[in-house]
Order: sequence, then structure tokens, then C-alpha cells
Amino acid sequence: MSGDAEREELMDGANAVAEKRLIHLTINGETQSVRAYPMERLLDVLRQELGLTGAKEGCGEGECGSCAVLMDGALVNSCLVPMAQVSGARITTIEGLSGHERLHPLQEAFLACGGAQCGICTPGMILAAVHLLDKQPRPTLEQIQEGLSGNLCRCTGYMQIFESVSKVVRGENAL
Amino acid sequence: MAETHIIGTAVPRKEGRDKVIGRARYVDDMTLPRMIYGATVRSSIPRGKIRKISFGPDVPWDEFVIVAAKDIPGKNYIALILDDQPCLADGAVNHPEEPILLLAHPDRHLLRRAVDAISIEYEPLPALFELEDSEQKKEIIWGTDNIFKSYLIEKGDVDSVWKEAAHIVEGEYFTGAQEQLYIENNGMIASYDAETGVTVWGSLQCPYYVNKALVALFGLPEEKIRVVQMETGGAFGGKEEYPSMIAGHAALLAMKSGKPVKIIYDRSEDMAATTKRHPSRTRHRTAVDAGGKILGGEIEIVMDGGAYATLSSVVLSRGTIHAGGPYYWPNVRVRAKAVATNMPPHGAFRGFGAPQTIFAMERHMDCIAKVVGTSPVEIRKRNFLRPGQTTITEQVIREKIDLSYLLDRALELSNYTEKKKQFECSDRKIKKGMGIAAFLHGAGFTGSGERYLSSVVGVEGVVDGSVRVLVSSAEFGQGTNTVLCQIAAEELRIPYEMVSIAQPDTTAVPNSGPTVASRTAMIVGKLVQSAALGLKQTLLGSGLLHEDFSPADFQEACRKYVAEHGELKSHSRYDAPPGVFWDDTKYRGEAYAAFAWAVYVAEVTVDPATYSVAVNDFVALQEVGRVLHPLLAEGQIAGGVAQAIGFALYERVVWRDGRMLNNQMTNYIMPTSMDLPPIRVFFEEKGNVHGAYGAKGIGELPMDGPAPAIVNAIEDATGLKINVIPLLAEDICQAMRNGKN
Repeated sequence: MSGDAEREELMDGANAVAEKRLIHLTINGETQSVRAYPMERLLDVLRQELGLTGAKEGCGEGECGSCAVLMDGALVNSCLVPMAQVSGARITTIEGLSGHERLHPLQEAFLACGGAQCGICTPGMILAAVHLLDKQPRPTLEQIQEGLSGNLCRCTGYMQIFESVSKVVRGENAL
Repeated sequence: MAETHIIGTAVPRKEGRDKVIGRARYVDDMTLPRMIYGATVRSSIPRGKIRKISFGPDVPWDEFVIVAAKDIPGKNYIALILDDQPCLADGAVNHPEEPILLLAHPDRHLLRRAVDAISIEYEPLPALFELEDSEQKKEIIWGTDNIFKSYLIEKGDVDSVWKEAAHIVEGEYFTGAQEQLYIENNGMIASYDAETGVTVWGSLQCPYYVNKALVALFGLPEEKIRVVQMETGGAFGGKEEYPSMIAGHAALLAMKSGKPVKIIYDRSEDMAATTKRHPSRTRHRTAVDAGGKILGGEIEIVMDGGAYATLSSVVLSRGTIHAGGPYYWPNVRVRAKAVATNMPPHGAFRGFGAPQTIFAMERHMDCIAKVVGTSPVEIRKRNFLRPGQTTITEQVIREKIDLSYLLDRALELSNYTEKKKQFECSDRKIKKGMGIAAFLHGAGFTGSGERYLSSVVGVEGVVDGSVRVLVSSAEFGQGTNTVLCQIAAEELRIPYEMVSIAQPDTTAVPNSGPTVASRTAMIVGKLVQSAALGLKQTLLGSGLLHEDFSPADFQEACRKYVAEHGELKSHSRYDAPPGVFWDDTKYRGEAYAAFAWAVYVAEVTVDPATYSVAVNDFVALQEVGRVLHPLLAEGQIAGGVAQAIGFALYERVVWRDGRMLNNQMTNYIMPTSMDLPPIRVFFEEKGNVHGAYGAKGIGELPMDGPAPAIVNAIEDATGLKINVIPLLAEDICQAMRNGKN
């Protein structure tokens, strides 16, 4: 069954049947099958079933972005994504961003520029930045501000986060 | 200033790598075998007696662990200052969201259903929600007079100044509640064992506060309580006192169930139930001469403490001492009180009372300037404190601070004069304005506080030859780990990479005091410095190390020493600097070992169509002693300014009958990446004899100045004299309409 058809069937059944289903997806490059309720939040499955605790729950209503992950290249708040929708999708979490030893250039830049303070928004923020640079490799400051506007940070006042992204854009940390 | 190699450089944040790869472990990331989940049943009314608790149908209640006040083995209060706040309500409630029952179950979804299935019948009692009602004692809801604490400061003879005054300027200023809004909600895991006692792991600022609270709650000796701080996702004061409550709850459930229990608040519970910044009202009545020089004045402060005393007395204390701002008052009387209302207790939040009274002071200075007919710049210059003069508590300014210079420098950095001219000439339909705020912030505990705390830190040589810092001071983003390791490395003349810091765990680290009051870099840092010196001297004295050692020599000596003696530890305890005197009864003397000084300038545009305010530029200039880590310091200031812009322009707590109505991120609005101006941070570095390598406190300072600078700029732009924050577009709309009528 194609991903779309499987998703549709799962969504149709989501409200009627509250029983766990086997859902196939690709997480950080690896194909996985998880048993989950169709309406279970992707965030809970990542954190509780798969042990990927890099995505954080800040608000549970899609406002803060600390649970953000990439789903088929799009930035989504995993607290708002039911498992039924994830069937067949490619998910990238913060754990899948870097190799074992080498950090992603954005991770390096966040370290170097003070982009991470308490660290709780950092995984979502970095993924939002990855998504931004994927769509727009040379963003202006305004585009950086807009691209990160779905991710709240209470520590930095965002200035050093903008600088972290700008540093990568300037090519000081080549992608 | 002494020459340094590691201090003053931007070394990598110690736990930074774990944070950027998502591997840093926060409490909700941790799971224990057999662990179950806990939840809190809370009051739905502000004040009343509990008549009946009913457990609804369709819930398998026999599967649940249920804890009530009667299950508490020790004292039913959260030990802090006055010990008046129950851990669980026993027969009566005094604010909405007060904890009444605790439930635990392995299934979180069922747990939530169970909380909803409990209904509580109350006999409601009249409740108070307004400062004025509490002051007027419309009901007595706390003690005999609703007053948690009051202070009186008297300097000179204020009653003599009114006759000779050229002008008497009066003003009334209000600040609202503010939610800390750390992105990581509060959370705690507890386990209980009859032999070893209680262990809790949590998101918190003050491990030994939690320890003290659990000792009282369980009636256990201190060594049977273990408190471990997990990586903490922001705190801002919001995790100073309330974590003791959550730790108590989780531990009670763990004891009764015999299993580890995790309690994680969701956002709506965290916002509705935990502490916020104290709402305040400050009145000024000031006598000035014809040139605007302050002759004397009366300042009256009232803060809303909520239903229990918690930290209100100390929040009020800091607010009171900062009420005169960075100005010289030959005569002054400050009357301050914290009163009770039936709201959830207000508590610690970055600035701790000072942002409230400094907002009043700095708005009032602009008001005085208008009355006298001078400029905001001149009025401040005429009244700035100078070295040798005394503050309102009669503390002599010994630092060589030049506030007029600081102000001029801030004006230059913000292009103030030029812009003022430009805005005055321009089409007044586009309402633009400039505003300034000058202020100070005392570092460390107030008055005799540090003497009572008597903090201890340790520095340990490890068997591999590296060094570990042992403190209970917590990292929650501000850079504790990094800065304390820098200090130890600098003192020991070894690379920063050779120093690590222990996870705060009350069974493994000494009590270096709570992580509050902008005290960590200055006070704890100084202790780390002297403990490191002690460790070095031990090695030198043992003959294993010789002067002019290399890092490799140090490592070798350290390794040998540990192999020979089993351990290498050096401790240092706080010793009050000579000449620091404080009188708790008269509220007079050296309130703080050091003050940080600042001048901030805001440039704003008020949109005449939507009434919204945009801050277009923000200059934050401060003198904070030696900057230990330029990147972290700049990040602290920028973050504080952003939070204070929220305090001024965005963040309104909407109350109904003592309960927060907008307890969601959807409708409690904090600044996003689109809402902030460039926040331009500048430091003037002067040494400070009390802090490590000349550092002063820095964390809270940036919370004090932005709100008055912005509201002053709004007045400059629009002519509106608004003395209430938060100041949202609808308030400006209303004020403009009122102005027109």
C-alpha cells in the first residue's frame, strides 16, 4: 500500500478504532515500524517509544516549536502530528542531524555564537534553521527572523541565534 | 585589572555540545524502571472550606495511588521563610489551583481522566483580588492584617523638605504580573526507599531549598534526602521556590506507591498554578529645587504577594532598596509592604522586585523633568549618585562610578540627540520617540543574607589529573558551568578543558547557596577562586608540584597526590568582606557588596493606525565589573532585555477571580524573533574588589531598565503619560481616545 493510501486509511479509522496499528516510517535514515494509536502524537512516540528525547514538549499546542522535526523536508511541530499522518514519511530529528563525531555546521555555529543557552528550544530551533537554509540558502536578516518565528526562545533574545545562522550563511561554517 | 588567559575569553559552553545535538538530559527525558506518573488535583475556587471530595464513576480507582494531607509524615508546609504554605490543602483553600490531592497511575491518559473525574464541594468564603481591597482589609485573609511584610527606610528629615521645594511632583505607577515562561515546564521525578530515604531529580535552581523542604515534609534527617538537578530548560526565578512543592508531591506519591513517580506539568498547569512576578503599585512624592535637584521625597510601595508569604518579604526588600534608583536622595522615606490576596502566590522572577520599583523611579524622573522644564538627560545628570555619596540605605558609594559619563556614552551609542531632533522635525503623524532609563542592580543576597547563607564550595583534584568544581549552583542557561570552570582553570593555570563541574547533587556537592540574586559569578565564583587557590597550595606544599608548573606538571602532581592520599579536595566558605555592615531592623547600611550600573536607550515607533508599538533600536550599556565571558554576558543581557520588552509591551496575565485565564502560549504573548529590535549590548568594564577576577552580578540587571526606557520613549513619541505596564496596543488606543475626549 502506498504511504498516502495507508495514511488515509489510518486517518479514517483514527476516531473509530482506538487500537494500536503498525506504522512504517523512516527516522533519521532508518526504516522503522512502530505500534502506535493512529491519533497518538508523533512527539510522544519519538520520545517514549523510540527514545529520541531531543524533541521537547514546551506547550503541546504548536506555539513554541521546541518539538519541531522535519517531516518529508517540511518543518512540523511533532506535538500536532498524529501518527496516522506519519505513515510512510521521512522524519529527521536533532539526533539525525550530525554524524557520530562531526557536528552539522549549524550546530557548530550555535555553539560558537551563543545560540544555545538553556538548550530546551535548541533542537527545534536548529531544525528550523536547517529548514530555512534548505529553502533559502542566502536569507536576509528579515528572512532569518521570519524563518525562525515559529520557535520561541526565552533565554537569548534571539540575537545570538540570528548570528549563528548568519555565520553559516556567510560561509564561515560551510554547509 | 589582572592579566588573565581564560577569564575574558569566549571558551565553549561546558554543556553546549550536548545541547546542540539534543543529548542534554532534562527531567522529562529520564525514565526509571517501574516508574509511574503523578498528577495534582487543584482547587477551582479562590477561597473556601472543602466540604466533600467525590470520586466519579468509570475510573478504576483501586488502581490509583491517592495522597492527601493526612498522608504527610512530617509537617504539612513547604519550608521556606514563614512556613505558611501547605503542601496539600487540609480542609481549606486560599487560592485557585491550590493542590488538594495527588494521584498516580502507570497510564498518563487514564491519570488525566481521573483528575477530571474528581469533584470537590466547597463552602466558599469571600476572597480578595485587588491590592486596595487587601490594604483596606475588606476581609482578613492572612494573619491579622493581610500584611506579609513591611519595611520603613528613613534617611535625613523628609518632613523638612516640602516648604523649600520649588516643585512637588507626584506620580503613581503600576506593574502587572509576569510569567517566567521558561520553555521547559516544571517537572520532578522522585523515588523512596525506607532505608535510604527520598531521592528527587528535577528542573530546579536551588537544590538545598528542595532539600530543606523535604526534610520538613518527611521528618527525615538531611542525609536521607537527596536532590539532583537535571539539565534545566530555563528558570528565571520561576524554579527557585516552587520546585520544592513539586518535589514534595512526587516524593509523597513515591512513598505511598513504592514506585518512582514522575510529575511533569503541562504548559497550562504550569502557567496557572506556579509563581509569577509580583504585581505592584508605587507612589512617589518628590520635592525638587528650581533646577530639578532632588531635595527629598516619599516613596510608597505595595506588592501583591498572593495567598501565602513564600518569598514576598525578600522580593519586597530588594524592590524597596532599589526604589531610589541611581540617584542621591538627601532625605527620603520609603514605606513598603507586601499584602495578601487570594491569587496563587507570586514569587521569584529575574529582578526580584527591582524591575517594579525602577519602572516607577525612571518614569517619575521623566515626569519631574517635564514639571521642572528640563530634559530627561539633564534631570538625571543633576541627581546621579557620585562616589562618596550615600544610597537611600546610607551605603557609601566607594566605586569610582561616573554615571554622567555612562549616560553620555549611551546617548552617543544610540545617536540620541540626532534622532530626537529628527523626530521632532518630522511629520508627527509618524510617532517616533526616544526614551532612557538609568539604574543599578545590587549583586548577591541583600544585607546580611550572604552572611547567613555562609556558602561553601569545593574544588577537587581527580585521579586522572583533571579538576572538578563542586557546587550546588545550577546551570539553567546563564552559564554557571562555564564561568565557574573558567575561574578554576585561570586560578590553577591549567587549560579550561581540564576542568569539569559536578552535577548538582546534595549528596555529592556542598551547599554553595541558591542560584539566584545574580550571585553566582560574583560570590560563588570568588569562592571557587579561593578553593582553587587552596588546592594549588596543597599540591605546592606536598612537594609534588613546584612554582612555574606546566599543565602537564599539574596533572602529574594531582594524579600522584590522589594516588597517595585517596583524595584531593579544597573547600572555601564565604567570609563577609570587612566593612560590610547591615542593620536588619533599621534597614540601613551596606545593602549589597556591589552594584552593577546601567543606562539603556530605546527608540520606538507608535503606529497611529493600529496603536501598536515597535521598538526599533535598543542600546544596553552597563558597567558590570570584569566581564568573565563576553559571549555569555552579551547573551544574558540581550535575553534579559527581550524578556523585559515582553514585560513592557506584550505580556499580560488576564485574571478572573484569582485565576489566570490566558494560561497558554497562544494567548499569553512573549516576544518572537519578529518582535524585537536589534539589541545592542555594550560593557564598560571596571574592576570590583568583591567578585571573582573583578566580576559583579549580571543576570538580573537587564530586566530592570527596558520597561521604563520604552514607556518614556512612548511618551516622547505620543505625549501620553501612561504609568501602567504591560502597555498593549489596546491600552494606547484607549489612552489616545481618552486624550481626545
